[in-house]
Amino acid sequence: MPIAPASALPEVTASDQALRRYLHGLPGVDPVGLEARAASLGTRSIKTTAKAYAIDLAISMIDLTTLEGADTPGKVRSLAAKAVRPDPTDRTTPATAAVCVYPDMVATAKAGLQGSGVKVASVATAFPAGRAALGVKLADTRDAVAAGADEIDMVIDRGAFLAGGYLKVYEEIRAVKEAAGSARLKVIFETGELSTYDNIRRASWLGMLAGADFIKTSTGKVAVNATPANTLLMLEAVRDFRRQTGVQVGVKPAGGIRTTKDAIKFLVLVNETAGPDWLDPHWFRFGASSLLNDLLMQRQKLATGRYSGPDYVTVD
Amino acid sequence: MTTTTNPFAYAPAPESRAIVDIAPSYGLFIDGEFTESSGQDRNKTVSPATEEVLAEYAQANAEDVDRAVKAARKAFEKWSALPGSERAKYLFRIARIIQERSRELAVLETLDNGKPIKETRDADLPLVAAHFFYYAGWADKLDHAGYGPNPRPLGVAGQVIPWNFPLLMLAWKIAPALATGNTVVLKPAETTPLSALFFADICRQAGLPRGVVNIVTGDGRTGQALVSHPGINKVAFTGSTAVGKAIAREIAGTDKKVTLELGGKGANIVFDDAPIDQAVEGIVNGIFFNQGQVCCAGSRLLVQESIQEELLDALKRRLSTLRLGDPLDKNTDIGAINSAEQLARITALAETGEAEGAERWSAPCELPSAGYWFAPTLFTNVTQAHTVARDEIFGPVLSVLTFRTPDEAVAKANNSQYGLSAGIWTEKGSRILAVASKLRAGVVWANTFNKFDPTSPFGGYKESGFGREGGRHGLEAYLDV
Repeated sequence: MPIAPASALPEVTASDQALRRYLHGLPGVDPVGLEARAASLGTRSIKTTAKAYAIDLAISMIDLTTLEGADTPGKVRSLAAKAVRPDPTDRTTPATAAVCVYPDMVATAKAGLQGSGVKVASVATAFPAGRAALGVKLADTRDAVAAGADEIDMVIDRGAFLAGGYLKVYEEIRAVKEAAGSARLKVIFETGELSTYDNIRRASWLGMLAGADFIKTSTGKVAVNATPANTLLMLEAVRDFRRQTGVQVGVKPAGGIRTTKDAIKFLVLVNETAGPDWLDPHWFRFGASSLLNDLLMQRQKLATGRYSGPDYVTVD
Repeated sequence: MTTTTNPFAYAPAPESRAIVDIAPSYGLFIDGEFTESSGQDRNKTVSPATEEVLAEYAQANAEDVDRAVKAARKAFEKWSALPGSERAKYLFRIARIIQERSRELAVLETLDNGKPIKETRDADLPLVAAHFFYYAGWADKLDHAGYGPNPRPLGVAGQVIPWNFPLLMLAWKIAPALATGNTVVLKPAETTPLSALFFADICRQAGLPRGVVNIVTGDGRTGQALVSHPGINKVAFTGSTAVGKAIAREIAGTDKKVTLELGGKGANIVFDDAPIDQAVEGIVNGIFFNQGQVCCAGSRLLVQESIQEELLDALKRRLSTLRLGDPLDKNTDIGAINSAEQLARITALAETGEAEGAERWSAPCELPSAGYWFAPTLFTNVTQAHTVARDEIFGPVLSVLTFRTPDEAVAKANNSQYGLSAGIWTEKGSRILAVASKLRAGVVWANTFNKFDPTSPFGGYKESGFGREGGRHGLEAYLDV
C-alpha cells in the first residue's frame, strides 16, 4: 500500500478556486438512484456459510465505542476486556478491531488492551462539533497520540465546508494528519450535517486528497448518522480514488448500525461496490457499540441452532 | 458473478417452490369454469432455467375460442350494466387476493418465465396489484375521465399478451377493460400460460360473474382465431411488430378497435454531466432487467464521446458483479432466457453484430448447462448502420454508440423504426426538458429507466404501435369514444 503523498493530486489543491473547481466537477449524485441502489443491495439474502463468515468479519471490524460524558476508567476497562474477548463462552470469537474513546481515556484503554492486537482509537479535534481553534484541535490530537492512540478520529469543520471554505478544511485535515504522526487518521464528515449527497461526495474527495486513511460518516451524535446510501456513496469514492491515484482509503460508517441484519447489508455494499479488497478490518470499520451483542447472539444461534438471549452476552 | 477467491461468496438462498401447487394439466377457463378443449391438442410449458416440464395445457381451437367469445358476450350485458362502484368492488377484491397470493404467484412466474424471483417479487407482483387497485378506482369515476357523461364500453375484448411479463401484461389488459365495463377473452403466451390460469382461479375466488374473464391458452393459431373472431369488438395486443402488423391487416375493414404495443429499440442517452454511478445503474436496469426481454428496454446506449471510456469501464466493472443463475435464488440478478427459440434469435443477432465488425464483450460468468442462458453482453464500436443498433434483439445485449452534441444525440435516438422509450441522463434540468421534447418516444425517462406506474400512460410511436395503456389515457382504449 503506497503512502499518501503530500497531496494525491497536487494541482487540485493549489488554491481554494482550484479545489472548488475540482470538487464541483465531480459527477453529481442522483439521490433517488443512489438510494434505490442501496435498497436493492439491501435485499441480498445472506445465509448459512456466508452469514457465518459475515458475522465474524463484522465483529472483527467493530470500533467498540464509548463516547459519553459519563465515561469512567472502569467503564473503559470493561469495554477493553469485551473488545479482546467479546464472547467469553466461545474463544473462537474474533476480537474487535479497536476500542474508540475520548482522548483522556486513551491511556486506560491502552492498558486494558496491552498485547491483544486490538487498537486504541481516539476521537479528537474538539469532537463532536469541531468548533475550536486549530491550535486546540492539534493539541487534542497530540495528547491522544502521546497517550498511545493508534488511530485518530477527527471531525471536519462543517461550518467552513458549508461556507465553501474547502481549502481551510483541507489544510486543517493536513495539519491534524501531521500531528497524528504514524497514527491512522479517520476523517469524520458528519454527513447528517452536510445534508446533500453531492456534499458527501465532495467531502470524501477532499478528505482523501488531504491524506485521510479512513473516511467516516458521522459522530453518532446527530439525528442522521450512517445510512446504506451515504456509505455506498463513500465506498464509490474510495473505489474511484484508488483507481485514480493508486491509494487505498478505508471507510467507517458510524452510528445507528445496531443489528446483524444491518451490518450484513453494509458488508454487501462493501463487497459489491468497493470490492473484496475492502473486506478487511484494515479497510472497513463499524463505529458501534450495541451492534456487537447482536452479532454475538446471532453467532451463538448459528453455532447452537437456538437463540439464547441478552443474558447470555455481556453488558459493557 | 463474484470470483471464486472472494471469501464472501453468497451461499445459495433459494425461495421455496413448495408454496405453489402446479397441476399436471390445465384446461381452458370459459364461462367461469375450467373446461377441456373440444380438440385433442395439448402443449407443454417448461421452466426455461431447467427445461423441466411444469405442466401440460390445452391448445384452444377455433371452436373453443368461439365458446369463450360467446360466454363473454353473454356476460357483457349484465357486467356493463352494473354500477361502476359494483365493478370496482370486484377489482379491489382481485387486487387484494393478488397481494395475498403474491409470494405464490411470484414463484410461479419465475418458474414459468425464467426471470429472477427478485424481479417477480419486487417488480412484477407489486405492479400487478397496483394496476388492479388503480383501475378499480376509475370504475365509478368514468364520468370524470374527460370523455363526457356515462362513456360506454366497447363490448368483448380479445386480448393477446406476451411472455416477458405474463401476469403484468394480463393486468394491463384486464384491469382497464373490466373497470370500463367490457368483458374479455385473453390468450396468454404459448411459453408462459400458467400465471393466467392461476389468475382464472383468482377470478373465481373473487366471485367474479361467469364469463367476464375467459382464458384461452395456445399458440399463435389460438391468437389468430381470437383476433379474427367476428364476435369481438376490440383487439388489444402486446408483442412483436411482425405479429402486430399481421393483426392490423387481419382486422382492417372491420369495426374492431385496436391497440398495439409492439417492439422497441430504446435509446438511453448519457451526457457528460450525468450522475455517472446512477447512470451505470440505469443502463444496467434498462437493458438487463428481465434479461433485456422488455419492449421498452434501453438497448441502445448513446454516450457522449468525452466520457465514453470512463463510463464503459464503470459499466463493465458493474456487469462483472451481476449474478447469473437459478432464478429462484434470491440473490440472482440475471435469470434464464424465456425459450430456446428466443435464445436462438439473440444468439444469431449477436453473431451478426460480430460479423458486422462491432466489438463484443460479455460479462465473465458461468452459464448453467441445462436451460436457456445468455451472458450479459455489450457491443462497442457500433454505428447506426449496424444491425445490432437497428433490430430489436429482445435479450441482454447492449449496443453502445457515441455522440458529440445534444442535437446529434437526438438525431441518432430518433433514427429508428421504433419509438417506444428513451432515457436521458444529465444533472442539467434544462437539458432534460429540451431533449425530452425532441425525442419521438412514448416514454422518456430522466435520470432513471424502466420505472413503471399504473398512473402513467405507456405506448409507442411509429412501429412500436399505437394506443396507450395505463393512466387515464388507458381508459380510452376500452371506451366507445
